[in-house]
Amino acid sequence: MTAPDQPETTQNLQVPPEHARVWMARGARAAVSIPAFILTAAFVGYAGLARESGLTLVETLAMTGLVWALPSIVVLTGAISSGMGMIPAGIAVALASVRLMPMTMALMPLIKVPGKTRTWQLLIASHFVAVTAWVFAMKHLPDMPREGRLPFFIGFGGAVTSFVFCMTGVSYLLVESMPGMVAGALFLLTPVYFLCSLWGAARLNADRAAMVAGLLLGPVFFIYLPGLDLLWTGLVGGTIAYIGTRIVRRGLS
Amino acid sequence: MDGSTAGGLLSETWWPLAMIIVAGWFATDVWRWLGVFAGGRLREDGELLIWVRCVATALVAGVISKLILFPQGVLAETPLWLRLAAASFGFASFFAARQRVFVGVLAAEVFLVAGWLLLDAMAS
Repeated sequence: MTAPDQPETTQNLQVPPEHARVWMARGARAAVSIPAFILTAAFVGYAGLARESGLTLVETLAMTGLVWALPSIVVLTGAISSGMGMIPAGIAVALASVRLMPMTMALMPLIKVPGKTRTWQLLIASHFVAVTAWVFAMKHLPDMPREGRLPFFIGFGGAVTSFVFCMTGVSYLLVESMPGMVAGALFLLTPVYFLCSLWGAARLNADRAAMVAGLLLGPVFFIYLPGLDLLWTGLVGGTIAYIGTRIVRRGLS
Repeated sequence: MDGSTAGGLLSETWWPLAMIIVAGWFATDVWRWLGVFAGGRLREDGELLIWVRCVATALVAGVISKLILFPQGVLAETPLWLRLAAASFGFASFFAARQRVFVGVLAAEVFLVAGWLLLDAMAS
């Protein structure tokens, strides 16, 4: 944000194909980071829950790689271990994952080079949309030249996913020898990490207001409208935050 | 885990994987794909996108407070006030450390484990 943009002006014009690989490598290198480390720890905590819920190693890993969104993974684990049918489980997971659509929508204008980026490239990149990579991308991508953003994001997402995938498998095998308090502490790690990083990624007052609204409304809807609670929290909390801050910004127009 | 209805051992192996693919992978990635198709038409600084980001942020915030208030597994054994205090302490430390996520997470963890050990010591 504060770095001078001067050296980047030439890259902004046109970037030959080999630069994409350079940006991808840069993304992979940026993945060696505190957020990725914390996410890994959260998945180590999840491996404990998966084993406790009776999932096999293959199932745990398939879920980590294919779903790649911790809240949805936690919902699906609960659904499988309680013997829920495929349709209700799918609906529950889909509701827990709705937030990925607005998140992906918000990311697309950042990583897309109009008239150049192919849709299939965006579809591949979209699989890495989850809180960690999204927060990191929303914060750092605007400072990069447009052409570098998509390969950087894919490099970052791919590296984080592969590393977390391996560590989840390793910790699944080791978790039996882990004391209960360590596993419990690992479970608190996820929400506190989400809490801090979401605030860090907020760019406007609207984002911060939405976060506060979601924190307060989440438990209320969970008690009164279980199942659909996350969807309502997002729609009601987000809309209140948007309208409230819009009135502050532009008055009642 | 209920494989007795269809085909014994085979369905016991394949049913959870089918669940993961349909109820997990598809139910999650379909939103990402929809986001790709819908997001291409949004401008980066448009009013609609501000609203969309508000909805996404509020949703994730809802997940956060659910994980703290209604946790799963071993963490559910801790009292609610301890989890809230640990999370608040972590968030306050995050600000005190100029918004460094690592500090916030570490502070919350130290607070939780210290409180947990203290409660265990008092109980025994």
